[in-house]
Parts: sequence; structure tokens; C-alpha cells
Amino acid sequence: MEVRPYGDTRDDGMMQFSFTLPIAYSIKAADVGKQFLEKLGFREVGIADCKAIDPQFTFFVAYGRTKVGIDPDLVKGDYLDVDVMDYYAVNAFIKEHLGRKLSVVGAAIESDAHTVGIDAILNMKGFAGDYGFERYPEMEVLNMGSQIPCEQLLKTALERNDDAILVSQIVTQKNIHVQNLTKLIELLEAEQVRERFVLIVGGPRINNAFAKELGYDAGFGSRTTPVEVASFLAQEVARRASG
Amino acid sequence: MHDAINLDQALVARARHAADAIADDIQQHIEEHTTDTTERATLRLLGVSGVNEIDVPLVNVIVEHGRDLLPGGIMAPFVDLMLRSGCGTQQAAEGVAKGELELAAVPAERRSAVERRAVELAKEGVARIDAVRRHREELVGEQGEPLKPYVYVIVATGNILEDAVQAQAAARAGADVVAVIRTTAQSLLDYVPFGLTTEGFGGTYATQENFRHMREALDEVGAELGRYIRLCNYASGLCMPEIATMGALERLDMMLNDSMYGIIFRNINMQRTFVDQYLSRLINARAGIIINTGEDNYLTTADAFDKGYTVVSSDFINEAFALRANLEPWQIGLGHAFEINPSTPDQVVYQIADAQLVRQLFPEYPLKYMPPTKYMPGDIFQGHVIDSMFNFTGIFTGQEIMLLGMLTEALHTPLLQDRYVSIKNAKYVFESCRELAGEVAFEPGGLIEKRANEVLGKATEQLEHVREISLFRALENGEFADVKRDPQGGRGFDGVFRVTDDYFNPFFAELRVGRLSGAPSGPAPGDNARAAAGRSPSAEGGA
Repeated sequence: MEVRPYGDTRDDGMMQFSFTLPIAYSIKAADVGKQFLEKLGFREVGIADCKAIDPQFTFFVAYGRTKVGIDPDLVKGDYLDVDVMDYYAVNAFIKEHLGRKLSVVGAAIESDAHTVGIDAILNMKGFAGDYGFERYPEMEVLNMGSQIPCEQLLKTALERNDDAILVSQIVTQKNIHVQNLTKLIELLEAEQVRERFVLIVGGPRINNAFAKELGYDAGFGSRTTPVEVASFLAQEVARRASG
Repeated sequence: MHDAINLDQALVARARHAADAIADDIQQHIEEHTTDTTERATLRLLGVSGVNEIDVPLVNVIVEHGRDLLPGGIMAPFVDLMLRSGCGTQQAAEGVAKGELELAAVPAERRSAVERRAVELAKEGVARIDAVRRHREELVGEQGEPLKPYVYVIVATGNILEDAVQAQAAARAGADVVAVIRTTAQSLLDYVPFGLTTEGFGGTYATQENFRHMREALDEVGAELGRYIRLCNYASGLCMPEIATMGALERLDMMLNDSMYGIIFRNINMQRTFVDQYLSRLINARAGIIINTGEDNYLTTADAFDKGYTVVSSDFINEAFALRANLEPWQIGLGHAFEINPSTPDQVVYQIADAQLVRQLFPEYPLKYMPPTKYMPGDIFQGHVIDSMFNFTGIFTGQEIMLLGMLTEALHTPLLQDRYVSIKNAKYVFESCRELAGEVAFEPGGLIEKRANEVLGKATEQLEHVREISLFRALENGEFADVKRDPQGGRGFDGVFRVTDDYFNPFFAELRVGRLSGAPSGPAPGDNARAAAGRSPSAEGGA
């Protein structure tokens, strides 16, 4: 069944907007903003605020209604289907299915100087009250930090004989993250070791479908907690071990 | 509400005493070493600039060429070369780069003539910095000095031309300080890129030409608004003193300059960073630049509630190093941050305690207060509210440099409109609460007083412990920000040299001689300026 945005009545299609146009504010600025939204197909457009935020830029806050609807059942995609366990269950699962520690190396690769993502998943403290991998007794974890060249990450993973490589990419300006992530895949393939590792990427502009497209086993976006990644990892490593 | 919390003054004295001893110990190491970037900065201070045919800065070419001479300092051999060849500074540098001139050890019979000339050249170099500082004082006098707290925003497009457009828009919306975020990984370049740049990742290259371009843009908008707009960049990474030199020459007003940030967060060798920060801060001091220290970063890795005391101990250490580098208190923007998890009950109460504590510990300093980042949600509406509480805490506890939070912190580098609504948020909170702190007092023995003394107590303990084991060992143990560093490891260690007995570099003395003192002053924004600065909906008509 199709749904539409809900303002205060079912199917009213009400949406809110804020945007900036590179035009000087003038008496007709509100109409420019209104007609722009109408061109997008919105009806009953109301410009709630419209003002110069610089001599050359005008900022709009607006509302409009849409007739467009969407049927959630028709939305198909490559979603990661993980049976999320809790911290204790993950540890127990690794013990039972692997019979040894699960070994993981992680890094923010290449130019990326931001450790916030990889730290959230790996550091003892974790993220949003959920412990990081370093706390898991059944995991052997190395967090290499930021700005780690792909070559160094791979060398370390081979030396340690890791089960999994976790890569974080926070800075995404001009799609630098795509270049960095592709470089790692190409390196693994050139060395013919791609199949040895479960390869996971995380970051604010990452989703599972995108990660798969680049050749990763899974991708996690913003708000991912360590236990979600740990659950996937434990099950995937166990699946490969048994297969 | 000055001295509003009853603090244990014995603890304050102990903390400061320990920080002094820690810094004295490291200062000994600093005196005994130089680095390749220190020597390159020396050449920049002399006036060497430009790059060779493959874009390597001439200062790098010369320092590589004379690497064996570095333990005695590059200055004497370079000035000797100038005297021998009859070349000026830049001409001599170009000669070396072309392979036409060669650096060599200075023979004893020429030594005193070389040193005399070197001191003259150093005085000229310092005079260039003084002239820039005087120009700032004139401009602040003409254009006007904004009310504190300064509203500080960042631009980070990667393209300096676009940065300038955004910076001017931010100033018109009410920003007093604009920082140009550097491109990712510049801190790890062992040279300073050259020329105007329009490509960067998550920020824009710090180059002298980019500094100049942004300076012009801010001077232009400052004249329009009747309010001097300050420019900030980063004297951090592998080239601290070189970038400080560029900042001094291009009239930057603030520079990020932390004695330990590079060590902890960029894995730059600690022996190197301590040496580098010293000359960079001497230069900042001479140039009348306000430094910003980076304690906020600790709280992005360690927990702000449990490890808040590491910010306070680091502030004491940064203070001690800054005073040893001749900075005046008004130039020392010690950092701290609003990073306690918003879901903590009474979060803002504890933030006020921490912020008020730092305010009272460093009363003469223009504290740099950093906004929430770690727990900023994707829900921008909620994020905007959290930022308001940050602004409230800032004005209530008398912070002087407010780096504004952006509602889209968790999402992207700020859009033009993000900066605008954040500035409006801050201006509203500041102006609506300006006199509040003077009207209320803290409950003696209450949550705030208890928390502040507890944090101070832990900071004092940590400082005394660090003094006991030495700062090098504490960094090795990961006692700041939970990050462990090896004194022999990290980047740039191969550029650290133990100096010989005849090490010669007159800039260290000349940067101190006859320095100018005091902050620039100018008229407070008048009615005309306020109207211009306001340039807001009501002034220009709404929908």
C-alpha cells in the first residue's frame, strides 16, 4: 500500500524544506523559492521564511504538499540481514563455532585522519553504551588508527593472520573514500588474498549495497553499534569456517 | 561571577607547580635539540621563499643539501654562503637549488663576521613580523573590536576561492573569527605546499598564498562591517614553526598550536614536536597571534565525564610551555570542550562545572571553548538544541572564543546556511544571557562545586604523577587521551638532531628582544556597525 508524508492528517503529503539559492534577496525572492518548489511538484507551497544571509545568497524555510506516494513493499535492496546477538551471545557463539579467538584488524585508511568511526567499533569503550571489540574476550583486536596506507594494513593483516579487516572512511569530500576503498580491494586482489579475509567497511556515507558494489563483504553506516558488526562478523567467519 | 566556585587553592598551586616542573624538564630537551623544520623556519624567517622546478620548497632543498650541518644550525653556513657569494637571501637560496652554490661549515676566521651579519639579518626578519603586527593594531583601531565571546566558525571547502566567499558570508552573519580547516593529511607533509590551491579533502591546504587570499577577503569584509575579522589556521603537524612563520607574515590572528596534539593524534614523534612547538610559539608570540590549544581532542577518544581532568592537566602543561615561549596570557587560548554525553542526567550542570573550573583556573586567558561533536545526532533539530546549551554554557561561564557547533556536525562540512543558523543561535543566546552570570551564585557544596574540585583534584594528581615519571614516559603510557606513543617512534623522528656546542641561531634571542606587548584594541561595534553586522531578516525584510 502506498504511503505519503504525514503532517497532521493521513495523506496530506506535508514536507518541510530549508535551502539556499545563490540570489540576492529582493521583493520577489519568496516567489522564486515558491516556484522552485512547485517545479519539483509540490503543491500549496508556503514560504515560512526567506531572507538574505549574505548579499548574494537567500535562505528559505518552506512547506509544501506532495501527491507522490511510495509502497514500502516494493522497495528492494541489498540489505545486510544479520541476526543481531548481544555481547555475551557473540562471545559464546565465537567460542562454540570457531573454538579460537576471532582476529580482527582495523584502520582508517590512506588520507583519512579520523579515528572516530573505527574507535567507536573497536575501542574498549565502544559507542552509545555498547562495548567495543577490545572488550570481547573472544576477539583478538588491533586498531591501527588513522592514515594507514592500504599496503601497511594488508601486511599487518597477513602477518597476524586476521579473520577480518575493518576499514573506516569518514572524510568523503570529492568522493575520496571511493578511491581509497577501491585501492584496498585492488591491492587484495593483486596479492590474491581477497578471499582470506572478511572485509568490512564503515562510515557515514557507506551502506551495505554500496560496500558490496565496491567488493566488500558488508558495509555499515552511521549509528552502527559494535554489537551489530560483531554479530555479522562472528556469523560470517563461522559460516566460512564450516563451509 | 568571577571566582564563583570555591576552589581548593592549595590544589591549584600544586597543579601549577607540577606543570612548571614538567615543562622545565622538557625545556631542557628542547634546548639540546633542533629539527629540520626548525631550520627551515629559520630560512623562512630570513626571507627565503618559493619552490624549485619540481615544486619542492627552497627551504627544504637547502636543509636537505646542508643536512650534515644542521646540528650546528643552518643559519651560519647559509649567511656565510651569502657573504662568500655576494648574494642576497633569495638569490643564495636559488643558487643552492640550482647547484651553483654550496653550503659548507664556516671556518673559524670567518665565524665572527658571519655571526654579526646573521644577527643583523635576524633583526630584519623580526622587524618584518613587527610591521605586520603594527598593521593589525592599526586595522583593529580603525575597523573596531568585536564584543567577546568571539564567534568562531570554520570554512572547509577545499577551494580557497570558495572558502573566501563563505568566510565573508559568515562574517556578515556575525562571525568574528574564521578558521580555514586544513586538508586531511597536511599535518603529515614534511614540507609546506606552495601557491593558491583549489583542491583539498575535508579542508584547504595551508599555503602562504592561501593565507594572503583569505586575509584580503576578511580585511575587505571587516572594513564593510566596521569590525576586524580574525583569521585562524593551524601551526600543527610536521611543519609547526614554518607555518607559524607564514602566519606571522600574512597577519593571521590565531593559530592552533598545541604542545602535544601532534604527538597524540597524528603520531608525530614527541621529541620533535616539543622542539617544534617552541620556535612556533616564539614566532606566534612575536606576531601577536593568539594560540589555540587542542584539549578538546582528548574528549573525542576518552570519555568527557570520566577523563575531563586530562583536559585540565593538559591546559596547565600548555600554559607552562606557552609562558616559556614568551606568549602573554592574552595570547594563550587554552582549549576545552562540551563533550559529555547528552544523555547523562544533569549533563549541562557538569559542563558548567568543568567550564567554570577552567575559567577560574586561567582568569587572564582567552579560553577557547569547543562545541559538541562526538554525540551530535543526525537529527539536526536536536543537534541545534544541544548547540544552544553549549552556547549557554559558554556565555554563562565567560568563555572568550566560542567555536560554534553546527547542527549538521554529524553529516558534512558546514553548508552556508548551517553556519548562518548556528551564528544566529549563538548571537541569540549570548545577547539574551549576557548579564546572567553576574546575577546568580553557585550553591556552596553543590553539584557544580563538588565536580569542579573533584576534576581539579584528579588533574593535580595526574600532573604530580607525570612530573614523577616525566612527560615522555606519560605519553608512552597513554596517559593522555588513552593513546600510547613511543619516544623513538612516530613521524619525523629522523628530522631531530642533537645540537652541537656551537649551535647558532640568533632568532631565538631576537624574537624576544624588544617585543611588542598587549592585545590590539579598537572601538566596540557602534550602531552603524551593528546594523551592518545584523544584516538579518528584520533589517532586510522577510517573506
